[in-house]
Amino acid sequence: MSATTAATIASGPRAYGRRYWLFAVPAALVVLLVILFPWIFTLFMSVHDWKVTGDTPFVGMANYAKMLHDERFLSGVWRTLYFTAASVIAPLVLGVWAAVCFSNNFKGRGLARTLFVLPMMATPVAISLVWTMMFHPQLGVLNYILTSVGLPPSTWVYDAHTVIPTLVMVETWQWTPLVMLIVLGGIASLPQDPYEAAILDGASTWQMFRHITLPLVMPFIMVAAVIRIIDALKTFDTIYVITLGGPGSASETINILLYQTAFAYYDLGYGSAMVVVFFVLILLVSLLLLRLRQREDLR
Amino acid sequence: MKSGFLGRVGLYLSVSILVSPAVLFFLWMISLSLKNELDNTAWPPVFIPNPPTLANFVDVFEKNDFLTYTINTIIVSFSATGLALLLGVPAAYGIAKSKATRAAALILIARVTPGLSYLIPLFLLFQWLGLIGTLTPLIITHLVITVPIVVWVMIGFFEGLPGELEEAALVDGANIWQAFLYVAMPLARPGITVATILAFIFSWNNFIFGVVLAGRSTRTLPVAVYNVLTFEQISWGPLAAAALIVTAPVLLLTLLMQKEIVAGLTAGGVKGG
Repeated sequence: MSATTAATIASGPRAYGRRYWLFAVPAALVVLLVILFPWIFTLFMSVHDWKVTGDTPFVGMANYAKMLHDERFLSGVWRTLYFTAASVIAPLVLGVWAAVCFSNNFKGRGLARTLFVLPMMATPVAISLVWTMMFHPQLGVLNYILTSVGLPPSTWVYDAHTVIPTLVMVETWQWTPLVMLIVLGGIASLPQDPYEAAILDGASTWQMFRHITLPLVMPFIMVAAVIRIIDALKTFDTIYVITLGGPGSASETINILLYQTAFAYYDLGYGSAMVVVFFVLILLVSLLLLRLRQREDLR
Repeated sequence: MKSGFLGRVGLYLSVSILVSPAVLFFLWMISLSLKNELDNTAWPPVFIPNPPTLANFVDVFEKNDFLTYTINTIIVSFSATGLALLLGVPAAYGIAKSKATRAAALILIARVTPGLSYLIPLFLLFQWLGLIGTLTPLIITHLVITVPIVVWVMIGFFEGLPGELEEAALVDGANIWQAFLYVAMPLARPGITVATILAFIFSWNNFIFGVVLAGRSTRTLPVAVYNVLTFEQISWGPLAAAALIVTAPVLLLTLLMQKEIVAGLTAGGVKGG
């Protein structure tokens, strides 16, 4: 080690350090083309009246002003927030529970964990199609199960009141595994001594979870929460395939409205303005949460 | 952790409750795909196909050009994954070695941005370049998914490597490229496996880029299976069969490579799109 250090000093560690960025140049170029160019161009389009054909006159902030009075957009924002809040809380609660279960050693743990992870790996479009068939009000298997245990059948995605809770259920089914994996990683890194001490003191399993595991894995739960919020805000495939924003516009989130505006009505200028607002919203939420997490770490 | 008999029972009960929605869902999917139309729309539902039939799968391939779509999907996800490895592995090495956290943050932003926000400008760009109707736009946009996954997973791996072996190589007169290629790369092979699998799966699964950018003959499987829904009036058997065809490769890969996948997902909280 000391020989290595001496050699590095002799030949100048900075020379190495400086050249390592070269490794990232090709990737940086691609990122510029595929990620940065779209951002800049989106900003540019958002201040123009940009349809697919015809002139694209500069309109200043008109597209942004339009959003403030656009009932459809504003209710889309609320709907997105409602959907997101529910799609974060449910997977977090279930995911922590699952992580605690999977942190125990038991027979068949590997297989059970793999099966549990399958929903998040499966092709979203494919699973959405199957869910759609299961939600069928007359012939769907879910209503059969409900009625055979004596519960009233649900309207699932066919009614404005039940559509978002139903989509939240799909989202929870799909993404609880990701929360579980992140929190499980956290539990695996915990020291064992507090538990040993707690057992000696005669603590119950619940007390150990509440007073040792939960506080110690909090940073991991926060990471999972941030990831979940971002993903829930961005949800597209499942909503698009299962409801296309319907019935009416009862499940039209910003992302769906965005898609419709840009690629069904071809109002690219207005669509771009929505993208900008949507992106700022996502960025603010993630920064806010990362800030919270840092403060948590300091404590 | 310690637990008595009751604790054991509770544990198995919890695990069963947690795992059964996934298991039952996929079993029902398989069941739908193996039943004829009469059984699929029967009430009460028929749970076990009797006798099971492969007619739905035959139907899917006969009525749709699923072979082309399969080839398209393979070309797109293999190219996007391969290119991402070429670009992303060295980039991750550079970032890990120079501790460029800013660059890492840029990758995070790519993870945060909704896929749709790339699509409006790229759609226009590809239109101007006359590339709509070819697979090139799909491969390029899929890089948005695959490059961040590869970089993210590989940064973690390179940071975990001891680094002394490369330093020894540098002392012996190798340049940093050689140290990367002949020392670090072979050590990072497990990481590359993880990155490859994850990038491939999330590229394979992607729907949103295909739905905007693919033409009739350049559809990928997720887009094609969605079109089965819109154009054929609800016939559940073929629909479930099509869905199963699309997602079976991914499910099998997950079952076979579960250790690698779990390691990768835990490290990065990765998800495409």
